Amino acid sequence: MNESHQTALSTWLLAMADDQLILAHRNSEWIGHGPILEEDIALANIAQDELGHARLLYELYAALTGDDPDKLVFFRETAVYRSTQFVEYPKGDWAFTMLRQYLFDAAEMVLLTQLVDSTYQPLAQAAAKMRNEELYHYRHSSAWLKRLGLGTAESNQRTQTALDTLWPLAQQLFVPLPAAEFLTTDGVIPPATVWQEAWEQVVRPFLHNCDLAIPTAAAPPTADRAIHSPYLAPLLAEMQEVARFDPEATW
Amino acid sequence: MQSDPVDTDRLQEFETRIARGEKIEPGDWMPDEYRRQLIRMISQHAHSEVVGMLPEGAWITRAPNLRRKMVLMAKVQDEAGHGQYLYHAAETLGISREEMLAALLNGRAKYSSIFNYPTLTWADVAWIGWLVDGAAIKNQTMLAHCSYGPYSRAMVRICAEETFHYKQGKEMIVHYMSSGTPKQKAMVQDGLNRWWWPMLMMFGPHDTDSPNSPLLIRWGIKTKSNDTLRQEFINEEVPELLALGLTIPDPQLAFNEASGSWEIGPINWDEFWQVVRGNGPMNAERLAARQQAHDNGLWVREAVAAYAAKQQA
Repeated sequence: MNESHQTALSTWLLAMADDQLILAHRNSEWIGHGPILEEDIALANIAQDELGHARLLYELYAALTGDDPDKLVFFRETAVYRSTQFVEYPKGDWAFTMLRQYLFDAAEMVLLTQLVDSTYQPLAQAAAKMRNEELYHYRHSSAWLKRLGLGTAESNQRTQTALDTLWPLAQQLFVPLPAAEFLTTDGVIPPATVWQEAWEQVVRPFLHNCDLAIPTAAAPPTADRAIHSPYLAPLLAEMQEVARFDPEATW
Repeated sequence: MQSDPVDTDRLQEFETRIARGEKIEPGDWMPDEYRRQLIRMISQHAHSEVVGMLPEGAWITRAPNLRRKMVLMAKVQDEAGHGQYLYHAAETLGISREEMLAALLNGRAKYSSIFNYPTLTWADVAWIGWLVDGAAIKNQTMLAHCSYGPYSRAMVRICAEETFHYKQGKEMIVHYMSSGTPKQKAMVQDGLNRWWWPMLMMFGPHDTDSPNSPLLIRWGIKTKSNDTLRQEFINEEVPELLALGLTIPDPQLAFNEASGSWEIGPINWDEFWQVVRGNGPMNAERLAARQQAHDNGLWVREAVAAYAAKQQA
């Protein structure tokens, strides 16, 4: 792999890892506060899986750059994080959390299905590992979406409100990253348009069947992952608090 | 009150079975008081697991590296799982989870007072693992031998997981004390200063002030007294804490050569009863957090019920 390909790949891996990390953080905020005890267990489980996916992806990144995953997570400034605003938004109510989870699970499931055939072997292997877990996540969040969309008028309304906010935000997941064309032509990752189309084929009919209306306006808030929502800085301040309390320490 | 001769016979048979070491199972006859005491204890235990998620859960988002974050999430998830088991065990005695949760929220049911203390630093997460889970394991190992089958079996599973919790807590303290920075060591000592006495109170009042104990011991629910368990734990942990160079916040602590036991100074029982009565540093916050989760979840539970009803129709 030449240098420009390697840079493109590390840029892409970091973005994917950051999304997993930030979503794991948001989901972990439910532990101890869920609507049903069984969901505290489920969210703890999903957050652990996502954190595990983040770690796998940071390790692939680190293998290319020589960085340390813990340093990347706990000592990187907000401006150099590459998460989407979609995962940064606060956890909101149960409808917001479950809808975001559903949209993300569908995107990840579709992507991983394509990545198992990646020409970059370490990525193909990681994708195979992650995909088994992701199927369970999708099953969990899609079951919830049916309950919420088709349950009561209130649950439908809350989920619709969440969809109105989240649908445009979700589009940012599919914005091609800088120099991604090097990766798509080599078959390392699928083209963003292919990924997005496959995602829409899953989520559009499903949301419709849950009695939810997809907003027509669908421009992402920004195409640039360097531009963050106001929610990321406080999230990172909290996440990095102990690590930065004593940077010399090992924990 | 006249006792029913049939009940007297049944009581005798019940006590004979317990004396033989048999387990009492959900469908078996049992005295009302046995059922009442078990519901009180098991539901209190379940609530302790669920409320106990809060002080440690508050540090999941702040854990200092990826490994600790993963371990802490798994640990708090275990506590939720323990709560779930224990609610099920209590349900075998004829009470519903909803009734138990209502009793928690209106203050009728108690939970372990230790969770009414705040977790102020990351080291508190480690101390909860070592000392709080360690003390709980002492109690739960005893309860694994209790006479009620579902409670006993739940305890066997729970103790296995708690042993990991204890180990991860101790592993952190040992690491921070043996190869940590001055800031880490100070944080650990500060944590011990705050958790030592409340942890000793977890074993409950002295035997002389524990009115339920004789009956619970006779019916095989408890097999050791509060003071016995407390002293065993002190004797096990004190040498390890001292070996790490920690100072135990008890000027009267001394080893008694004759008895082979570490003797402690007086426990502040006024503080214990204040916290039990709801006046501890975090009682109001803990219950408010549970209440908020319950209230915020109401529309969700309604949606689940409505969807299930539509599927049935």
